[in-house]
Amino acid sequence: MSSRAAVLLAIFGVLALAVVPWLAPPFYASLLISFFAYAIALLGFNLLFGYGGLLSFGHAMFLGFGAYGTAIVSGVLGIKSFEVALIAVVIGAAIAAAPIGWLCVRYTGIFFGMLTLAFGMLFHSFLFKFYYVTGGDSGMRIPRMNILGLELAQYNKISFLAGPFYYYCLALLVIAGLIMWRIVHSPFGLHLRALRDNPRKAEYLGVRVREFRLVAFVISSVFAAAGGAILGLRIGLADPELVYWTHSGQLVFMTVLGGFTNFFGPILGALAFTLLQDQLQSLTQYWRFVLGAILALLVIGFPTGIAGLIRNYNWRRVAAT
Amino acid sequence: MNIILETRGVSKFYGAFCALDNVSIAIRNDERTAIVGPNGAGKTTLVNLLTGLHLPSKGAVYFKGEDILGANPINLAERGLARAFQLVHIFPKLTVGETIAAAIVTRQRKRWNLFSSLARDSAVARRIEEIAKIFALESRINTESQLLSQGEKKLLDVASAFALDPEVILLDEPTSGISTSEKHRIMKTLIAAAERANVKAMILVEHDMDLVATYSDRIIALAEGKVLADLPPKEFFADPKVIETVVGKLRAV
Repeated sequence: MSSRAAVLLAIFGVLALAVVPWLAPPFYASLLISFFAYAIALLGFNLLFGYGGLLSFGHAMFLGFGAYGTAIVSGVLGIKSFEVALIAVVIGAAIAAAPIGWLCVRYTGIFFGMLTLAFGMLFHSFLFKFYYVTGGDSGMRIPRMNILGLELAQYNKISFLAGPFYYYCLALLVIAGLIMWRIVHSPFGLHLRALRDNPRKAEYLGVRVREFRLVAFVISSVFAAAGGAILGLRIGLADPELVYWTHSGQLVFMTVLGGFTNFFGPILGALAFTLLQDQLQSLTQYWRFVLGAILALLVIGFPTGIAGLIRNYNWRRVAAT
Repeated sequence: MNIILETRGVSKFYGAFCALDNVSIAIRNDERTAIVGPNGAGKTTLVNLLTGLHLPSKGAVYFKGEDILGANPINLAERGLARAFQLVHIFPKLTVGETIAAAIVTRQRKRWNLFSSLARDSAVARRIEEIAKIFALESRINTESQLLSQGEKKLLDVASAFALDPEVILLDEPTSGISTSEKHRIMKTLIAAAERANVKAMILVEHDMDLVATYSDRIIALAEGKVLADLPPKEFFADPKVIETVVGKLRAV
């Protein structure tokens, strides 16, 4: 994709999202908060998967880091600034991801996937069993927080989420998107794609295969933690379900749904999934079945996801008719 | 003439099988050395040891006078030793320009630039064009590598190795899988490129005796893991016994 097309697409997307709180009921705006959270997390997830060729099945662990970190900052330490929580979870996730990644990136393919899954489940059982620290299955509460130093006490919870916090998250997504855009178009991003396509050849061109995989792992964890912080604040709770492996699977689903070969694919996937899940849940209790069918259909028929469909669609023929 | 790459008493065992047995060779500056031998003679094993992919079971490898024991391909690429592969090794989803850029990024030590724009880096862009031009790939810069013809893929593989500005380049059967008519064109391109890029030594692993005779200054023949001969082409092709072992009776030159 040319950068001009990307800029136009991004501007259009941001404008469309910006008018949602004006047009849609507050419920939808607050629903989109989880979209923002997932979109930010998936930007990082796709650096590892789409660009680095490493499919993690334990990435919800870092969403959990974000949510539990926020719970500790606000609930335990009593710091009400969301920015402090964001910075804390980002640094914390980077520190935690380094040794985990160091172990995981020694392997690729299914072994990498299994190892990340194992770490995710390890963290899940820690959260579940260490009741006195983590609250066990009831989790840790995340009280309301300030954004940009503003208390915004005049808003109730839903109008806070649908109003100021909505735009706050939109801004965070734009910042995260810009940072990730720079990363994937940097020399580092090129070496990452090279090692994804052919690690042996990449080594002979001086690509530091294992180190770069580790750096990609750490960066992706940081993005996931930021997303987790938003997710936690929206729900008001950090609970072990966030870290459960099905949630990691959900991240993979969203990425495949949107298309991992495209920069914007995961963002589209997060949006489509969030809306789809909401609709299906209100229609039927068998919504997981429908989602599963969609996933099967996608993998067989449209491996490039929504982004690929949009891209390959014959727009000219549509314009002519 | 200086020795740039050298093995001293190198042996390599795979279990009980001895792939290389006490091999000592010295590659000199300003020389095109061909490594020849029948299948299973140990050519690929030798190349893998020279480029740090495998460790020798015994003996040592020296590059520019330094023992490279434990140095990996990444490290050697930085120090000036490049390799192109026997089988085409490309990055299917990267364009020709990006493939060459990957090597340039290493060479210009820009790999840790996480936030700078590669597309706007004119030093990289200029070098991509230079390299692409040498290898007649300039019209393909924005083409995905997987869409290239077999010959172009081969050229790209070698071009990316050249983009490292290496002192020594090791070409493992650069013309395998390429039609006879194109072989000489490709070899000439490679040699012209080596001269323009100030490559000090070129090592050619080759089956094709015609190419070896035409393009090398020196021939090292391996057989059953041992050095059978280390001679200039004239003397090499004057020795019928060596020829028989290396090429077999059918293809005696």
